[in-house]
Amino acid sequence: MEYPDQSGFRQRKLQPRVRMRGTGTDSGEPGQLFDDTSAGQNSGPGGKGPAVYPGQNLLSDPMSNLAMAYGSSLASHGKEMMDKNLDRFIPISKLKYYFAVDTVYVGKKLGLLVFPYMHENWEVRYQQDTPVAPRFDVNAPDLYIPAMAFITYILVAGLALGTQNRFSPEILGMQASSALVWLIIEVLAVLLSLYLVTVNTDLTTIDLVAISGYKYVGMIVGVLVGLLFGRTGYYLSLLWCCASIFVFMIRTLRLKILSEAAAEGVLVRGAKNQLRMYLTMAIAAAQPIFMYWLTFHLIR
Amino acid sequence: MALYGLILAAVLFTNAVAVLHEERFLAKIGWGVDQSIGGFGEEPGVKTQLVNLIRSVRTVMRGVFIKIIYFIVSI
Repeated sequence: MEYPDQSGFRQRKLQPRVRMRGTGTDSGEPGQLFDDTSAGQNSGPGGKGPAVYPGQNLLSDPMSNLAMAYGSSLASHGKEMMDKNLDRFIPISKLKYYFAVDTVYVGKKLGLLVFPYMHENWEVRYQQDTPVAPRFDVNAPDLYIPAMAFITYILVAGLALGTQNRFSPEILGMQASSALVWLIIEVLAVLLSLYLVTVNTDLTTIDLVAISGYKYVGMIVGVLVGLLFGRTGYYLSLLWCCASIFVFMIRTLRLKILSEAAAEGVLVRGAKNQLRMYLTMAIAAAQPIFMYWLTFHLIR
Repeated sequence: MALYGLILAAVLFTNAVAVLHEERFLAKIGWGVDQSIGGFGEEPGVKTQLVNLIRSVRTVMRGVFIKIIYFIVSI
């Protein structure tokens, strides 16, 4: 259970709290997001290893070796250039952070989304100014669950419509695009209101997309229960999921938007904190509304 | 398809914000820019932020974006 001391990333205060997950495939460095599974050639710090050359045993001709080496250097140069240009528009390295999850994290997070009432410590642990990767901290936002939940929601919507003989392949595309548009609108509205209230927070846009995407889990649960047990089941499970998403949002956003004193439960007076509290409440209240809006037409 | 509607709606909203005239309209309401300068320190407030936002949208729209907007709307 000891990490080697040469890593240099560890801080003293992390040592008693970092638990070794039983996976055993971790390479032991908390600063590295993904395990390095490339077959021996490592072309970057993120471990994006492309370079397993097939057929290396077959060709021993020096001319073809030369050609292969030249071709591979061309390919890696082209890849570098493309990555550099793509990185300007979509921050790929930051995106990787949000997908560094493992099964234990996903299980715990899904449990938190449905039952957040027993969880006590909602703070995200930091490691030298950057948040710890999601696989080491349950409270960190990730993009894996929202992405998977979105796709599952579309499939479940298709299933629900199919059981009512209202299915056609175009409907899947329409559901997907309308859900995506509502997500974009919600993220833009939250961004605008954060700007107007001049909150100094470290919530990035991707964080907001991740947090807004967590409601799809509740929607899927609602629709599936509604398929099995009819309208009463749908309303009951949707009520439960709305309440838990409400509590989850408030507890997650409270630490990020409100100032430290207010976040600890001390009632801090002042117009600014009041505004921020209203903002948190509004964001949290918008989630159940969206959850109902996007699913009620699926249950008949 | 809904994405195209979203882009169109966003463009039209931005245009609506940008055509609010400074002298004829905003000053009459009290949302003019000159009246709100003087807020040093920690108190920007929602209204000041909104006024600044409107002014900056107008400034940006008067630049390069006009051509982009006309192009999108004409499709």
